Amino acid sequence: MDGNRAKLHTMIAYLSKRLVGMIPLLLGITLISFMVIHLAPGEPTGLATDLNPKITAEVRQRLRAYYGLDKPLIVQYGLWLKRVVFLDFGNSFAPDGRPVIDKIKERIPITVTINVLSLILIILVSLPIGIYSATHKGSLFDHASTLFVFIGFAVPTFWLALLCMMLFGVHLHWLPISGLRSMSYPHLSAMGKFWDLTKHLLLPVLISAFGGLAGFSRYMRSNMLEVIRQDYITTARAKGLSEWRVIYVHAFRNALLPIITILGFSIPGLIGGSVIFETIFAIPGMGQLFYNGVMARDYPLIMGMLVIGAVLTLLGNLIADISYALADPRIRVS
Amino acid sequence: MGFFKQLLRNKLALMGGIVVVILFAVSFLAPIISPYNPDTINVKEILMPPSRQHPFGTDELGRDVLSRMIWGSRISLKVGFVAVGIAVIIGVIIGAAAGYYGGWIDDLLMRFVDMMLCFPSFFLILAVIAILEPSIYNIMAVIGLTGWMGVARLVRAEFLRIREMDYVKAARSIGASDLRIVFRHILPNALNPVIVAATLGVAGAILTESALSFLGIGVQPPTPSWGNMLTAGKNNMEIAWWLSVFPGLAILVTVLGYNLLGEGLRDILDPRLKER
Repeated sequence: MDGNRAKLHTMIAYLSKRLVGMIPLLLGITLISFMVIHLAPGEPTGLATDLNPKITAEVRQRLRAYYGLDKPLIVQYGLWLKRVVFLDFGNSFAPDGRPVIDKIKERIPITVTINVLSLILIILVSLPIGIYSATHKGSLFDHASTLFVFIGFAVPTFWLALLCMMLFGVHLHWLPISGLRSMSYPHLSAMGKFWDLTKHLLLPVLISAFGGLAGFSRYMRSNMLEVIRQDYITTARAKGLSEWRVIYVHAFRNALLPIITILGFSIPGLIGGSVIFETIFAIPGMGQLFYNGVMARDYPLIMGMLVIGAVLTLLGNLIADISYALADPRIRVS
Repeated sequence: MGFFKQLLRNKLALMGGIVVVILFAVSFLAPIISPYNPDTINVKEILMPPSRQHPFGTDELGRDVLSRMIWGSRISLKVGFVAVGIAVIIGVIIGAAAGYYGGWIDDLLMRFVDMMLCFPSFFLILAVIAILEPSIYNIMAVIGLTGWMGVARLVRAEFLRIREMDYVKAARSIGASDLRIVFRHILPNALNPVIVAATLGVAGAILTESALSFLGIGVQPPTPSWGNMLTAGKNNMEIAWWLSVFPGLAILVTVLGYNLLGEGLRDILDPRLKER
């Protein structure tokens, strides 16, 4: 009982330390995002409005006030930061003129769901592949999976998406190729709705997982090869444990640890990749919102997405760190 | 064993090397080997399937797909090398400064690297492209400016290891300047992982450029790039499979080539990492 409480305390202490450590990173992220708007020659509002015929003189004045452009840069950053802390990114340039944060908020669940589903798929498929290749090093399966890994690294995601759309959508008519729901969605039964969503999500999830599959099975293979060489595995074998127990109980846990860290690192790639597949499959998530924002030069939206994308990455890394701390007894105390 | 002898013995690396050499040859010889002018519009031959005259078919303006792919290889080559060149220069400077000086300089620079790594790089690239115009030069600059962090970390790690070696201490004891120690004594010994990372980086830059061009925010038509040719493939998905298949295959083979070469170089230049 006391032991558990002590553990909980160390966990909370660790968590708060990590959260405090995130503050300078968050500041840096906002500073970099701020500098990106000021990359533009002249005033950011000038460039944005020149290229956007829908912007009137009045809107331009409002923008000047929003960014505080008459003040020195450092003051401008301070003013902007104060708004960003309260998640106020201003209003979108789009005709609806809605607050940027509302637009982003309603898109986050879709993108996060797809990314979580593809992460689960990646783990379920790549770990067994990695383990089997490592324990059967040099076998036909190992060679085949190495080939798969190299091709997986080299295939452009958007091309794979295009080919799958052609094959499964246009030629075979098995799967829908755009959007999240069919036109008839509101009239379907609960089961029918689920099936409809599944059919729409199948290709996007498979394709966003594809690139990760190659990377993770490769990492799992090399981790496993590393672990199998260790003395404690020899000891476990010497004790007469079954090979299955040696691999799946003793070696697996240790080979899994570095994978957790790499999961954290892969999050920005996944979020960034969502721009590509959401645009191709017309899925109304963050990536598509961002793409449309870029095409329309919707500045407040772009800035908001940049900050939110980085914050999501930070959160993902935090979750990875916590999982690591939970899985590795050596880290728990520090 | 000599470097080239080792490269020849490593079959996969050799294959990658051959692909890369062929790509160089194709893009240098583009004016000679391309069967048609890549920009000639021919309204009589719109969306023709592959045939003897047009081995990879024609696009929606009747232009020869093979010729456009041959010219498109120049874009990949340029983007790959310039973007990676920028990334390597920034990465080496920042990594060397952090690793050599250590202390607060190291802390500051590495925190900056951490911050840059928080941004989904595709987001950062898109944001910058939205502010600047989408053009091949901006694409190269942006891919380079958002892709140096890995190199910086590698160089820093090498510098941390090498700066404690006796020969560096000896150089310092005879009064060699910091610049001389960094560029003359440490950097040449820290370059192997950088060469590997740069080769793999070329593959990554080509993939990024093709994705941007595919989305219409990279190389702008009528300049042919493999990415923007695939946009035409998507628009004519129902009727012209060849527009989607061939340019994509070119990207796949090119990226595969650089990756194989990079992995091979890793085996040769960095034997410690052989198992990975």
